[in-house]
Amino acid sequence: MVKDKDVLLKIKDLKIQGYSDETWVDIIKGVDLTLHRGEVMGLIGESGAGKSTIGAGAMGYARDGTRISEGSIEFDGMELTTATEDERRALRGARIAYVAQSAAASFNPSHKIIDQHTEAPVQYRIQKRMEAQEDAIDLYNRLRLPNPDEIGFRYPHQVSGGQLQRAMTAMAMSCRPDLIIFDEPTTALDVTTQIEVLAAIRDIVDQFNTAAIYITHDLAVVAQMADTIKVLLKGNEVEEAPTEEMLNNPKEDYTKSLWAVRSFESPQRYRPEDGTPLISVKNVDAAYASGPKILNDVSFDIYAGMTVAVVGESGSGKSTTARCITGLLPPQKGEVLFNGTPFPPDYRNRTKEELRQCQMIYQMADTALNPKVRISEIIGRPAQFYSGLTGAALKNRVDELLDLIELDPAKYYNRYPPELSGGQKQRIGIARALAAEPTFIVCDEVTSALDQLVAEGILRLLDRLQDELNLAYMFITHDLATVRSIADEVIVMQHGKVVEQGPKDDMFKPPHHPYTDLLLSSVPEMDPNWLTTLLEERGVDNLGDAAAARIGG
Amino acid sequence: MSIFVIGYYAFLLIGSCLAAYFNKRSVFLLLFSLTLVSFILGIVGGTSALKFVAISAGVLAMAAMVSYAFREFLIMMVSDNMAKELRTAPLTAAFGMFVIFTYAIAGIFAPWIAPFGEAEVISSAFAPADQNMLLGADQLGRDMFSRIIYGTRNSVGLSLSATTAAFILGAGAGMLAATKGGWFDQFMGRFADVIMSIPSLIFALLMLSIFGSSMIVIICAVAIIYAPRVYRLTRAVAGDVVVMDYIEAAKLRGEGTGYLIRKEILPNSTAPLVAEYGLEFCFVFLLVAGLSFLGLGIQPPTADWGSMVRENATLISFGELTPLIPAAAIALLTVAVNFVVDWMLFRSSGLKEK
Repeated sequence: MVKDKDVLLKIKDLKIQGYSDETWVDIIKGVDLTLHRGEVMGLIGESGAGKSTIGAGAMGYARDGTRISEGSIEFDGMELTTATEDERRALRGARIAYVAQSAAASFNPSHKIIDQHTEAPVQYRIQKRMEAQEDAIDLYNRLRLPNPDEIGFRYPHQVSGGQLQRAMTAMAMSCRPDLIIFDEPTTALDVTTQIEVLAAIRDIVDQFNTAAIYITHDLAVVAQMADTIKVLLKGNEVEEAPTEEMLNNPKEDYTKSLWAVRSFESPQRYRPEDGTPLISVKNVDAAYASGPKILNDVSFDIYAGMTVAVVGESGSGKSTTARCITGLLPPQKGEVLFNGTPFPPDYRNRTKEELRQCQMIYQMADTALNPKVRISEIIGRPAQFYSGLTGAALKNRVDELLDLIELDPAKYYNRYPPELSGGQKQRIGIARALAAEPTFIVCDEVTSALDQLVAEGILRLLDRLQDELNLAYMFITHDLATVRSIADEVIVMQHGKVVEQGPKDDMFKPPHHPYTDLLLSSVPEMDPNWLTTLLEERGVDNLGDAAAARIGG
Repeated sequence: MSIFVIGYYAFLLIGSCLAAYFNKRSVFLLLFSLTLVSFILGIVGGTSALKFVAISAGVLAMAAMVSYAFREFLIMMVSDNMAKELRTAPLTAAFGMFVIFTYAIAGIFAPWIAPFGEAEVISSAFAPADQNMLLGADQLGRDMFSRIIYGTRNSVGLSLSATTAAFILGAGAGMLAATKGGWFDQFMGRFADVIMSIPSLIFALLMLSIFGSSMIVIICAVAIIYAPRVYRLTRAVAGDVVVMDYIEAAKLRGEGTGYLIRKEILPNSTAPLVAEYGLEFCFVFLLVAGLSFLGLGIQPPTADWGSMVRENATLISFGELTPLIPAAAIALLTVAVNFVVDWMLFRSSGLKEK
């Protein structure tokens, strides 16, 4: 197929403003972008860099509370900034399509997938309903969805996350648009599922010569997908270059810092020769209410001052294990030992001293900190509650803790959580856990909601605190890069069972358990040919769910 | 054509032309459509209809000006943070606050404002208004104006304490049920259903005829009637809060139920509760007025708006408006409270969240 290389989208000096504190503030401060037919451009940046705003802007759309203040957006010869709403609406869905981050939240739960798929082509009178359905099934086939003839007639909740994301890509393709905007389509997915979505998207974009803007904060992902990469920082363009060149030879300091993010690695610690483990999980079975068994004979040890990373896909029982240890979910069978003595299974029966030993840091700092309570109170309460500190002693302790997490006490003492950034909130969450002076902390996906640079800071902080205070961490994550940088020991879980465990050094060296191997090989690498090579090695039908099922079965 | 009519049309036309010239679209549409409507009204109703329109417009304008001035006054009086919030208040909310403020003043300082005592007989029955009596006398010859002032204290005070009692009961039970969960939650929920299934007025009448109509009994009866509604709302709001991670963190810390409710749940459910308080206050007020009207509420000679309407009801057949004045006082207060509540609901609905 001879590919047409005309300019499709030309954005010039785009400025978008957002309304906050009763004034208009620039969010996008003059960005240029040129996209040719069939070209895939990756937009990269931290949250707040304006990636999604530009993505929406490319459709001539300004979200609520924002406005396009200056610049031009020219789509295939048509100026979108001055076009009427009707003209713009005629483009959307038909010629420009959008794939959102969370397919689960973007599908209407009360209509069948195929009915939502055929809505656009029928609306635009491109196809009759039956033709559109046949076309949908053809697209499902191309995207390698299982049972393509039948899957469209299910409701969104009857389909897994990765499949739903592919169905959404199929839906975006339904009118054969010239441009698709992918807004972080795989961020919410597990690594193993991510691959199948990536492979499917890449294939279909290639088959139909569709141009795409691929928005993500994951460099390794964008390296697989994009022809050119544009790096954004706070609404400004940092640089733009073809993928190969950008990866091998970034020019700006900011880009280099993004590339270097994964350099942090804490030295490997080993178990003491003898001595009792701090936390010992013994043959634990657990289930929610009368539901199916979530944990099946889980056993492992955590020694003082060490980090144990628990890895696995969502639904593998990582968080449930943590809930058994903290006592939120009393196990059905087995027990949790602390320094050799059994912990009461229910947290309500534990003494203050026992509760103090074992603290938790949560994934979503937004929901983990009470928005209506001052920072001083959030951090001060555990100190007051466990150690009985009051007055000046309490204030000193809070100041000390704020210093420990590298936040200026004078500045943050009286603030409320909503006034802080994501990384700062997570630091407050850490300080709250530290205030209890624990020996063991459960970190539940603490960095997965954060940008890479911020996450890196949190990991370094946790590592420093571990050295200073001799803490033991149980580090729940699905991100193997995080494991590589902070863990001493690794536990791999699948379907509620411990599949493999051992020191980090051993875990990242073959031979692996097949599931560990699948997890490891599914982590995207910076090499732009990684996905291609992997697909050749594994074969297109041995990805994600299919591969995991093969091992499980 | 009287001078009034000429002036009336001249004002409207000049106003709409100016609005059109300065591109004030909504003002122009308002003024000009009023002009057109006035043509028809003038033909059908004559000068008096036009006068009525003019007076209504004047009253509305006065109310708007008072509200605006009152809002500016409040903004100057309070701290910076509050002032920022108040600036977002629409004129209706400012009007509501002004009315509530006036009622509060009238209620608190009743003995100093009212020219006569609430049970003081000073003239013949149903005497018309004169220099002494602003609104005339009631069926026993007591001063109507003084009784309305005292009525503010009794009616509003009673409703206020009944609503507060209902909130303490309902919100307390709701948050407790949300935190405890399990059978306690189920039990409280079904118990609330049982109370709600009894028609409120009949339940109140029953209670009052069993225990006699004293202030305490009225407050208790009303509190019990309205507590289940508050319970349901609180239970729903607190239910959303209870599943948050920070509640789990507090539970894991070993905090007791009291601390959880007071420090973690309550601050996160105040906004809807305050809004609900305003709404329930109106309902309670109407129920209390209804009870008084039926003769079972506040007992004579204590002044109360509900019973005042009933006592003077005979006057309506003579075309007198006097009995409608306490009714209007009730209506004005409920409307005012609702204006304020609307604004609070708008704020707490998350449309203006930081």
